Amino acid sequence: MKRAFPIFAVLTTLLLVYALNQALSIVHIPGVAPTERTMGDVQRIFYYHVPSAWTTFLLFSVNLVASVVYLIRRNPVADAVAVVTGEVGVVFCTVVLVTGPIWARPVWGIWWTWDVRLTSTLVLWLIYVSYLVLRRFSDSAQTPVLAAALAVFGALDVPLVYFSIWFFRTQHPQPVIGGGGSIDPRMLHVLLINWLAFSCFAFLICWSRYRLERLRREVEEAQALESLLGPEGVPAPAAGSKMPLPRGQQ
Amino acid sequence: MTDIPPIITVINVIKQFGRFAALRGVTAEFESGKLYAILGDNGAGKTTLLRALAGLARPTRGEIAILGKSPKAACRDLGYMAHPSLLYDEMSGIENLRYFARLYEIAGDGRSRQVIRAVGLDPDLTRPVGQYSQGMRQRMSLARAVLHDPKILLLDEPFSNVDVHSAREMVGLLKAMRDAGKTIFVVTHQASLLEGVADEFVWMQAGQIIDRTKGLSRMGVQ
Amino acid sequence: MNSLWSIALATLAKDIRLEWRSKDALNSMLFFSLLVVVIFSFSFDPLAEESRHIVGGLIWVAFLFAAVVALNQTWARELRNQVLDAYRVSPAPANALFLAKALGNFIFVSALEALMTPLFVIFYNLRVLGPAWQLLPIVILGTWALVVNGTFFAAMSLRTRSREIMLPLLLFPISIPAVLGMVNATTSILTGEASAHFWLVLLLTYDVVFTTACLGFFGLVLHAE
Repeated sequence: MKRAFPIFAVLTTLLLVYALNQALSIVHIPGVAPTERTMGDVQRIFYYHVPSAWTTFLLFSVNLVASVVYLIRRNPVADAVAVVTGEVGVVFCTVVLVTGPIWARPVWGIWWTWDVRLTSTLVLWLIYVSYLVLRRFSDSAQTPVLAAALAVFGALDVPLVYFSIWFFRTQHPQPVIGGGGSIDPRMLHVLLINWLAFSCFAFLICWSRYRLERLRREVEEAQALESLLGPEGVPAPAAGSKMPLPRGQQ
Repeated sequence: MTDIPPIITVINVIKQFGRFAALRGVTAEFESGKLYAILGDNGAGKTTLLRALAGLARPTRGEIAILGKSPKAACRDLGYMAHPSLLYDEMSGIENLRYFARLYEIAGDGRSRQVIRAVGLDPDLTRPVGQYSQGMRQRMSLARAVLHDPKILLLDEPFSNVDVHSAREMVGLLKAMRDAGKTIFVVTHQASLLEGVADEFVWMQAGQIIDRTKGLSRMGVQ
Repeated sequence: MNSLWSIALATLAKDIRLEWRSKDALNSMLFFSLLVVVIFSFSFDPLAEESRHIVGGLIWVAFLFAAVVALNQTWARELRNQVLDAYRVSPAPANALFLAKALGNFIFVSALEALMTPLFVIFYNLRVLGPAWQLLPIVILGTWALVVNGTFFAAMSLRTRSREIMLPLLLFPISIPAVLGMVNATTSILTGEASAHFWLVLLLTYDVVFTTACLGFFGLVLHAE
């Protein structure tokens, strides 16, 4: 089990390298993505944009489930999973929001449009950034409950955001967004490989961050005990008494 | 000790606030109808223990049973007096108690007047609580805690900032309540005030109960 | 159920009485909202025709600012002398406290809006082209949308450091669909170009969903310690 992490890390790296090559077609091996006819090479950002988006939604979904589990069971593992997926989710969501305009600019001639998916993703990003801010600024004993409640509020908000922007959009002139129709099977293949690679990558970071989070909590607990006892297990500099406390005495 | 089941059972309670701990494994049983004085240095966990008993602080681990129930479920049997007054400064004493009586859904006015008189204040005083002297405010605070006639009283530093005379009167009040069958916990720095009154002194240090004595002197320790 | 409402009303009455005695928040908030309107009017000085299209947004952003400052005061009184603990040790339901605070804020923010709206009308020479009566449900639903989550997140921010800044950070992202609803509904009515129907339904849905969520979770937030 101890070796599982490095092995998984190596496999993920290999998969990422392979997926990168397939997407950017650096070395021509079978299965690389062809160049898109009208958009040209800029279309290749699609292989990062879309898998990042899928991974984001996956992470935020796990975050929601973990938050609900925490609220029901008060299980610290669920809270740790929520922290991890929240943080990594924000990172992937940022990738989506950055790659979106980079793609949009040459293709649609604009950086940003109040498109349903784009805007919903932006709002989701805002909600989860506020989630992280809350986690950072609340008193630590209360953080898990508050954060879990906010995650549920965010999840309730998402459909409302989606419908409001969908309707908002229909009232305003919009650039015609390409897509629809069929996708070249080679492109789809590369997209799926990238999606797999990104999911593994996300899982790898989450795993590593999770181990860190568990460690941080252990340290915190040790520090808490030390705050009472002083470093050698002797009661902290309480005035007067010099009596060492027998360990394990209740 | 006796066959009477304990009114409060505390089992291995740990309370951690992030990088700080306040309680680390408190286990104790307390009997009905006694007055307990909880003593200890600053940061020994006295207030946190009291707040945990009052149901204000949920233990990180461990269990508390009050009359066989959780502190939240037993809240009608608990009266809590904190270091701050827990009163609205802009309202008079009787107005404060009338509001809190609504929260306990008890008939407000008569009972409020009764407890205000019981703590030695005048229920017709129209001055807002913010203009009370410290001693008066402490008494009003005690009146709020006993408003719903709880079986158990949890008092955090009821004698602090109070002159000796008022403090002695307050001790007399507590003694009378104990004799009327209430179980009382008093967290205090002024243990000597309770000498001969308290049934037991509970000594806390570094988040644990280290000793329980009948008298104020801890033989063989200090 | 009865005790929920009777305690909520008792708490609301207590809050109104205290507010009436100190008038801290009321006076400063009235002045603050006046300032907001004046500054907005200086900053955006459009022709009457254009103004119809943008005033919906301006008004609601102004309301939003005023509401956030007002909402931040919600719990201040309960923190002094830790009176909130007295509520927490009592058997009174947490939701009664929430309803009292939310209703109190609703009354308070509505009063501010009632002051600001005529000023906006005067400064921008507004004349409504659509069905004006629909503005009333929009204002009620929109204000409740801000206030219900605002009260909840203000309670949440109590448990955080740098309390005052936390409220908008938590409230604004979640409120985006509601803000979109208020602004677009108001603009539709002012210009008379479109129906506000969809936005009213959206606001109503938002209110129902989040009122339920707040009532479901407030106990957790109140007793999180």
